[in-house]
Amino acid sequence: MTSLEDKVEESRKLGLQIVKESEEDRLMTLSVGPQHPGSGHFRFIIKLDGDYIVYCDPDPGYVHRGEEKMCEYRNVIQNIPHLERPVIHDSNNVTYSYSLAIEELVGIEVPRRGQFIRAIASELNRQVYTLYWLAIYGIFLGHSTMFMWPTGDRELFIDLLEALTGARVTHAFNIPGGVRNDMPDGFKDRCIRQVRYFEKRLKEYEDIFYNNPLFRQRTEQVGVLSKEDAAKLGVTGSVVRASGIPYDIRKAEPYDIYNEIDFKVQYMKSGDSYARSYVPFLDMKESCHIIEDLLDKMPESGEVRAKLQPNPKGPPGEAYRRVESGRGALGYYVVSDGTPKPYRVKISVGSFRNILALPYLLVGQKLADMPAIYWSLNYWPVEADR
Amino acid sequence: MASYPQNFRFGEFVGSLLWLIFWVLIIVTLVGLPLVFIVLYYVPLPPINGEVLTPFLFLTMAVDPSRTIPIIEHFMTTDLFRVAAFPGFTYAALIAAVTIFVERKFLAKMQLRIGPLYAGKIEGIFQLIADGLKLIAKEIIVPSGADKPIFWAAPIAFVAVAAAVVALIPAAPGYVAADVDVGLLAVFAILGFFPLIALLFSWASNSKYPFIGGLRALHQMIAFEIPFILSALSVVLLSGTLNLTGIVNSQIQSYWFIFFAPISAFVFYISSLAELERIPFDLPEAESEIVAGWLTETSGMIYGLIQLGSYIKTYALAALFVILFLGGWAGPDVFPQEIETPIINIAPLYDPVAANATLWFTLKTFGVIMLMLLPRGISPRIRIDILLHTGWYKLIVLTFINIFIALALIYGGILGPGGLLVR
Repeated sequence: MTSLEDKVEESRKLGLQIVKESEEDRLMTLSVGPQHPGSGHFRFIIKLDGDYIVYCDPDPGYVHRGEEKMCEYRNVIQNIPHLERPVIHDSNNVTYSYSLAIEELVGIEVPRRGQFIRAIASELNRQVYTLYWLAIYGIFLGHSTMFMWPTGDRELFIDLLEALTGARVTHAFNIPGGVRNDMPDGFKDRCIRQVRYFEKRLKEYEDIFYNNPLFRQRTEQVGVLSKEDAAKLGVTGSVVRASGIPYDIRKAEPYDIYNEIDFKVQYMKSGDSYARSYVPFLDMKESCHIIEDLLDKMPESGEVRAKLQPNPKGPPGEAYRRVESGRGALGYYVVSDGTPKPYRVKISVGSFRNILALPYLLVGQKLADMPAIYWSLNYWPVEADR
Repeated sequence: MASYPQNFRFGEFVGSLLWLIFWVLIIVTLVGLPLVFIVLYYVPLPPINGEVLTPFLFLTMAVDPSRTIPIIEHFMTTDLFRVAAFPGFTYAALIAAVTIFVERKFLAKMQLRIGPLYAGKIEGIFQLIADGLKLIAKEIIVPSGADKPIFWAAPIAFVAVAAAVVALIPAAPGYVAADVDVGLLAVFAILGFFPLIALLFSWASNSKYPFIGGLRALHQMIAFEIPFILSALSVVLLSGTLNLTGIVNSQIQSYWFIFFAPISAFVFYISSLAELERIPFDLPEAESEIVAGWLTETSGMIYGLIQLGSYIKTYALAALFVILFLGGWAGPDVFPQEIETPIINIAPLYDPVAANATLWFTLKTFGVIMLMLLPRGISPRIRIDILLHTGWYKLIVLTFINIFIALALIYGGILGPGGLLVR
């Protein structure tokens, strides 16, 4: 187990320097992004000594939209459609914790069937996000089949969500008080059929991608984040679970009906890029079980949405609730001053906390490992900028 | 909006067409024909079949096309035909075009997609033409501060060098543009120009990502050049000649060399993937790491030329694999000895041996090309240190194993002059 200080020492021993004025000449400064095919809406400045990265400076903020400020001009219901914009692939999870926080403020109880539908939509949407993430991870490592297969299989869940919510990506489905509408007829059977088919596909993913010797060579022992460093840097989601800390909000602070669902927290101990890319895959497998379990235990009929007054407002106060999104803990801190509009909304996203680890992981690695480490951090630039 | 003139009259349209035909006929008879006669009178034409090609004879060809057959027959014996048409550039470019189409469809099927569909109505067969037209129409952007002469010359040099490799490849007995005694050596000598072009172009681009890509190309090609040449060495030992036609003939006399040198064939295949910068060895163009590598600053037809060159190179290396290991054009006879065609009898042009050889050579080459396309669907990109380690440590050792096997076969009297397996 190497700490961050040891890593700096180690890179010194390798002849690498953490940016010294006198050695500026031999370093090449590369601006990776925002127009780089391997960066997303994000830039990081790296300095290269030969093929080694000696310095990294992440520079987010290219897609800042002022979501938090926008919340202050709308009432709590009007906030739903624009809040899901930062991560349209994971929109149910983004609005989930917001709804939980507002419910706590206003003081309403969600009907039991509504809680189940919420959880199902959340799990389906997590699959959509993780498949999209996996597709990009595949193409970042030059594996074009791994780009096409997950983007194709995403349609399974997008179709299910379309049947459930009426929209393909931006669902605006979770609202304070429950979900917008009940399940359509025959959804349960269709959902089970498609999830079972997807479980078969996951085996093929493992064969072509995760067990590929070239993929393992490229990612194993690359960008190792030790258990201590992971805790120190405060990373969340699949990144912290890949470093050997079995921390999942669904288990740690169960919300809605997650305490009734039987599932295991998937984690690995090595903390390298391979573990960080394999944990979301294990999560997808586990999510399939969760969906089947939820459909089993769901009450056959009942209300899905608590009755709210037209312009819901609570007493002055504050609430902080968080859920496990595709990228880790996603929390909303909402302050209310007694009016229908929130006084302040603070969004704490997993992406931003994960990218904090990037400068520490990249230093001392080769340039070719840059996409393998960067995208394994489960980072979504738009979400981090909010 | 009307797309035809407002005062359109059909009668006027037909009348204008008739006037056009009338004037074309008048000009052709009064100006065109005398000009043709004048040119043909002063240009000495070669005698063909003992008959001097006069303007009169030339005109009769317009009436009776079968009279052109002796001329085509004569043309097929010239060097120009060898260089420009059959084993040369046209054949290679055609195979390259088919390769691009097959690659896109094949990869699409592998990845559960459809691939090109709309251009050309039938399964998108004209997609390549559409892409080519698009590339020609695009503006060529030269970066400021670029070394302009080299920047413009490198893409042309890339295609030229790729075509130079093709010139050495025999596609059928006797059909080779340059039949040199050290053919195999010449192939490797020409292939040595590619890293130079990549490095020059990346340096001339005056940009950081191309520069990293160019250095990667240089490292990669040098690391794989040596196992590449050594893997061909065991074939040279087995056949006793560097002449490519001679290598094929010695395989016809015994058996395909892939049975005696499977390890060399494997190393040759891996090295040619690296030489072609194909996945998993596409580090010089690694998209997610260094944008497009040494091709980052290419635009329009500069990019098109480099792509054309690399697909011609794909054909050349696949053909070389077929010649070295798969017995070249050897194969059972499928064409009849004599043919008789109605209307125009092309029997004098028909050569059953060459037709047969071309068929088998093309089929085998396509098989090898498909094998080269396959890793793109199943493999991620390799990292540079693993690549260099593979090239310098593993592949060289593997080739030496096969060289010793080849030597044992020669000295054991199994192959070589008067060997057991030589027919």
